[in-house]
Amino acid sequence: MKFDRPATANPIDRGRVVGIAHDRIEGAAKVTGTAPYAYERHDAAPNAAYGWIVGSAIAKGRIAAMDLTAAEVAPGVLGVVTHQNAGPLGKGNMNTAHLLGGPAVEHYDQAVALVIADTLENARDAARLLRIDYRAEQGRFDLAADRDRAAKPEDGFGGPADTSAGDFDAAFGRAAVQIDQSYTTPDQSHAMMEPHATTAAWNGDRLTLWTSNQMVAWAVGDMARTLKIPKDRIRVVSPYVGGGFGGKLFLRADALLAALGARAVGRPVKVAIARSQIPNNTTHRPATIQRIRIGADKDGVIDAIAHEVWSGDLPGGEPETAAMQTRLLYRGDHRRTAHRLATLDLPEGNAMRAPGEAVGMLALEVAMDELAETCGVDPVELRIRNDVQYDPEVGPKRPFSSRKFVECLRQGAARFGWEQRDSRPGQKRDGRWLVGMGMAAAFRNNLVASSGARVGVDAQGRVTVETDMTDIGTGSYTIIGQTAAEMMGVPLEAVTVRLGDSRFPVSSGSGGQFGGNSSTAGVYAACVALRTKLAERAGFPAEQVIFEDGLLRLGNQSRPLAAVAGPDGLWAEDRIEFGDLTERYAQATFGAHFCEVGVDIDTAEVRIRRMGGAFAAGRILNPKSARSQVIGAMTMGAGAALMEELQVDTRFGFFVNHDMAEYVVPVHADIPEQDVLFVEELDDKSSPMKAKGVGELGICGAGAAIANAIYNATGIRLRDYPLTIDKLIERAEGSALA
Amino acid sequence: MDAVELTVNGRDVHLQLDPRTTLLDALREHLHLTGTKKGCDHGQCGACTVIVEGRRINSCLTLAVMHEGENVTTIEGLGSPDNLHPMQRAFVTHDGYQCGYCTPGQICSAVAMLEEIAADIPSHATQDLGEVEFSDAELRERMSGNICRCAAYPNIIAAIRDVAGEGEA
Repeated sequence: MKFDRPATANPIDRGRVVGIAHDRIEGAAKVTGTAPYAYERHDAAPNAAYGWIVGSAIAKGRIAAMDLTAAEVAPGVLGVVTHQNAGPLGKGNMNTAHLLGGPAVEHYDQAVALVIADTLENARDAARLLRIDYRAEQGRFDLAADRDRAAKPEDGFGGPADTSAGDFDAAFGRAAVQIDQSYTTPDQSHAMMEPHATTAAWNGDRLTLWTSNQMVAWAVGDMARTLKIPKDRIRVVSPYVGGGFGGKLFLRADALLAALGARAVGRPVKVAIARSQIPNNTTHRPATIQRIRIGADKDGVIDAIAHEVWSGDLPGGEPETAAMQTRLLYRGDHRRTAHRLATLDLPEGNAMRAPGEAVGMLALEVAMDELAETCGVDPVELRIRNDVQYDPEVGPKRPFSSRKFVECLRQGAARFGWEQRDSRPGQKRDGRWLVGMGMAAAFRNNLVASSGARVGVDAQGRVTVETDMTDIGTGSYTIIGQTAAEMMGVPLEAVTVRLGDSRFPVSSGSGGQFGGNSSTAGVYAACVALRTKLAERAGFPAEQVIFEDGLLRLGNQSRPLAAVAGPDGLWAEDRIEFGDLTERYAQATFGAHFCEVGVDIDTAEVRIRRMGGAFAAGRILNPKSARSQVIGAMTMGAGAALMEELQVDTRFGFFVNHDMAEYVVPVHADIPEQDVLFVEELDDKSSPMKAKGVGELGICGAGAAIANAIYNATGIRLRDYPLTIDKLIERAEGSALA
Repeated sequence: MDAVELTVNGRDVHLQLDPRTTLLDALREHLHLTGTKKGCDHGQCGACTVIVEGRRINSCLTLAVMHEGENVTTIEGLGSPDNLHPMQRAFVTHDGYQCGYCTPGQICSAVAMLEEIAADIPSHATQDLGEVEFSDAELRERMSGNICRCAAYPNIIAAIRDVAGEGEA
């Protein structure tokens, strides 16, 4: 099915199952621990041996010699895989550094060996017995020091490196009000709860991987490229993913080394990347330096806006596209964005939840707060004044598909009690707490991706959906089930959803908040195909037949779905292909974040008192799981604002705090009340579902609302994330904290 | 190899274990009770929480041989898909999870935590050390050893309140 014209009325609009809050259909499996994750496949690979990854002890250089002798004769050891015996390996399209290093080392903790043994204890112990002689080379590890060496990158996934419209320099120069500030965000780690893990088994020349991966088809393709074998010899199974956040978009070392290990020892091998290896071995969100300039009139109406971003990555890597939202969020005839990329030898930078916007909004929305204060305009009102209903780089000929930004601002403000805020900082006390309120816009692009599925009805009228789509906590199982139930006219309980297997049709996968909308649109397409087949079989004209209550209905006539499907059942497969609607229309999701914080008058400890927001993301397919996606993202935004930072050792080139004790993320005690309002919206240009992405919107702007609340509480404007106690104390003099 | 006898979910089990085997790996790799999760293996995340002799512990931070003769309750011992424990049911109802990986640990922790409140065992958040008052602050403090990166935190608190019969905050 080609989606190249706006959707018209369709069965999803009935809203009997779609749009209703449902418990997750895989819920019982998750709460009883019976949902199988990648390292737990005793059922599929009962005799799996254990692999333990050895990571490089240097960040850049070469391995001069490896002495495996002690490890190879250690108790229980079955084999050791290194670059010397792994055979010729390619590299996946999605990988920047090689997943198995040696003799060249590209980053710290890059895998350089896998030790395989009969037990985990023996493998882990033997891994310490490898003797590796390195020749370290001087690397570059400091983004701030290398900022001036940063170059213009190639246009990548996020769009062009540079954009401009009008004459920014002239317009900014003549503006009555000028904001010109720089902001920094640190390297961050996904820190998903389930480590990257794979169980691998060979059957002759065929490989099966039970793994934890967001993008099944990418994993198949990159494994084929890396092992230099045909794709059709590889099966990837990933039905449950214990969190990804972008960290499991790609084939990683666990999968490659499990496959190599299993081939080397002639039996299944399972590998989990140890928690302490994850931040340096896998990918992370790169640090940014951002400069934002805004030229406005005295009422805060923007005429000129520029956003420049510097980030770093390994050779061949990509920039953190933190200026992307600034192309679309606010008005202004004169605009510029630019990304510059420094070559660094830190571990591989790559996508983490809302790449680009998550950190871009941390800067832009504080700049907007600074503009509001400078102009003496309420921050909500300032954003309303700068709303624009079309792509401001292009003009009215490229309108937004739908943009309920102002509605989010107004409804969110009313619900939060924004009118109670005193715009003068440092005015409100509650015992030992300075109390402040802040807000920020939420913005995340609406991406779409082609997605396939097959759907069947059996002789009992039960509907089954199969697609290689993944559920990484996002609620895919349930919304896919809801879509099929709505389309086929059966209750949700009559639908079985099978996900995460490369034997199923290729889906969008889970990433960039495109998965929910795209994969359900693919299921919609397959259901349309199945409806046509069933109608033909029933002798009804396909365009007139109604599917409801387990029946095909045409006027007064009806036939049970089960009877039409017949004893052998009936299947259909299709995929959704997206046309140029994303080019003709700017498509994005919007919202408004609000936050109240307390800052301890003596210690400068920041506590979030409440968070709230209003969001517009098209049709909300399952309000229950969508709300959970948003509050989870708001919490990750709170982590970005207040605590999350991979500390770089700029001498040796690695992240020092590489585990969950030292890389601090929000816990229960950090997160109080969170309120989410979905503003009603249907986007007929996004997909037949009229939905948009919602999984990443909640992180975009959440941290800036906290930063602005801290300013309102204390009068201290911090621009270097995370906003920790030491930074507040350093600036306490002359503030309400003094 | 050391012989170890445990009572796991009411069943006596006899294992021959490498003494380096953690209780977590004994459950997951030897007894194939994979409901208990390994998130960090260093006592930092809480995903491996099980109930031993009535107390919640991180099963990755203790060796199986240290629990000779003890009673261990895992998520599988609380309920099954066809017969959910009230806490498991409440997690489904309140969407107290997303990816599901921290969930068994959260649930085991919550079940044992309510017992701690009932027994007036104080926490950092307790105002009156003689009598623990049920509050969201108590729940959040006591559950903070169980990280949920998907961050279903308010939903988890709602689920626990529901089971404790305390209703909305």
